[in-house]
Amino acid sequence: MNEPLLGLADDELVIGWRDSEWTGIAPLLEEDVAFSSIAQNEIGHARALYELLADDADALAFDRPLEEYRCAPLVELRLMDWAHAIARRWLYEVADEIRIAALMEDDDAAIAGLAAKINREEAYHRMHAEMWRERLQDAPQFRAAADDLWPYALGVLPAEQRESLATRVGRDEVDAIERGTHTDELAELWNEMTMVRRSAPAGAQW
Amino acid sequence: MVTAAQVWDALEEIADPEIPVISLVDLGVIRSVDVSDGHVRVEFTPTFLGCPALEAMKRALEETVTALGAEPDVRVIQDDSWSTDKITPAGREKLRAAGFAPPAPREAGVPQLVQLQSKAHRCPYCGSSDTTLENIFGPTPCRSLRHCSRCKQPFEQFKTI
Repeated sequence: MNEPLLGLADDELVIGWRDSEWTGIAPLLEEDVAFSSIAQNEIGHARALYELLADDADALAFDRPLEEYRCAPLVELRLMDWAHAIARRWLYEVADEIRIAALMEDDDAAIAGLAAKINREEAYHRMHAEMWRERLQDAPQFRAAADDLWPYALGVLPAEQRESLATRVGRDEVDAIERGTHTDELAELWNEMTMVRRSAPAGAQW
Repeated sequence: MVTAAQVWDALEEIADPEIPVISLVDLGVIRSVDVSDGHVRVEFTPTFLGCPALEAMKRALEETVTALGAEPDVRVIQDDSWSTDKITPAGREKLRAAGFAPPAPREAGVPQLVQLQSKAHRCPYCGSSDTTLENIFGPTPCRSLRHCSRCKQPFEQFKTI
């Protein structure tokens, strides 16, 4: 199993779930639409990546025990205040752009091709995040949220890509909260996310 | 024995599941059709990877090939080979007539916010380029929301991919 690719797929799946938690309750109707669309895209990216890694994308996505997920703690956090939700979207998208750009140069044409496709879609997520960062950058709540999440954001990327992230977001590198351990919040999400698969092991028909 | 030309003709009849004014062929998502020994291999590319219509499109392609008396082999190609530039001129006109502004051409780099905020996007109803971005996201991932300052009509703008 290609571990970095699995980590990316799990990040996209879990952040997609987290983004979808704003559907219907975002502070603006436009943001209900935006977060829902972004969530849909992220989960679509997860599916495409899982399909590169396994014959059955759903089985890989939902049939693993919690400890086998490779997502970064940043995406696991349940962030239901707007400043934190936006700070995470911004930090995540900047980090994501760096690793997707690296994957576009991958020797495996299937990986490079999919990364190029994902990058085209993520461009719209980056615009959305950047627009909000500009709007909130002087708000104390947003600055505090970015401070809180910064060690988590570093943990999205492998060590060699972190300097680039720090430069782009104008922050100093600190000790990262690394991938490989999970927050308690993921357990709750895992329980919800895998419930249908576990309740209908033979496969649910829709 | 079915020919590739007959398959293409049949595929022209398959409407996009979300925007039925346009066919999958007009949308440019059918990358290739290969016929050999009664097997028809169709390669198609999703517009957006998270498009919920993906399965419906795949099923429609399989059913259409089966109806021609051939064995379908439909493959989803998940790379960057589809772009909104592949929408045919006829397809763009059908979109515009149905109130969807067709996408701007793809440029070398990925789209930037400043382009979406520019006045380069025309209202599909009155043709004015005096339009503003309301939301980068819309009812489906492939569309943005804009507003026309001249005819006061909100409209959906296809994103450039």
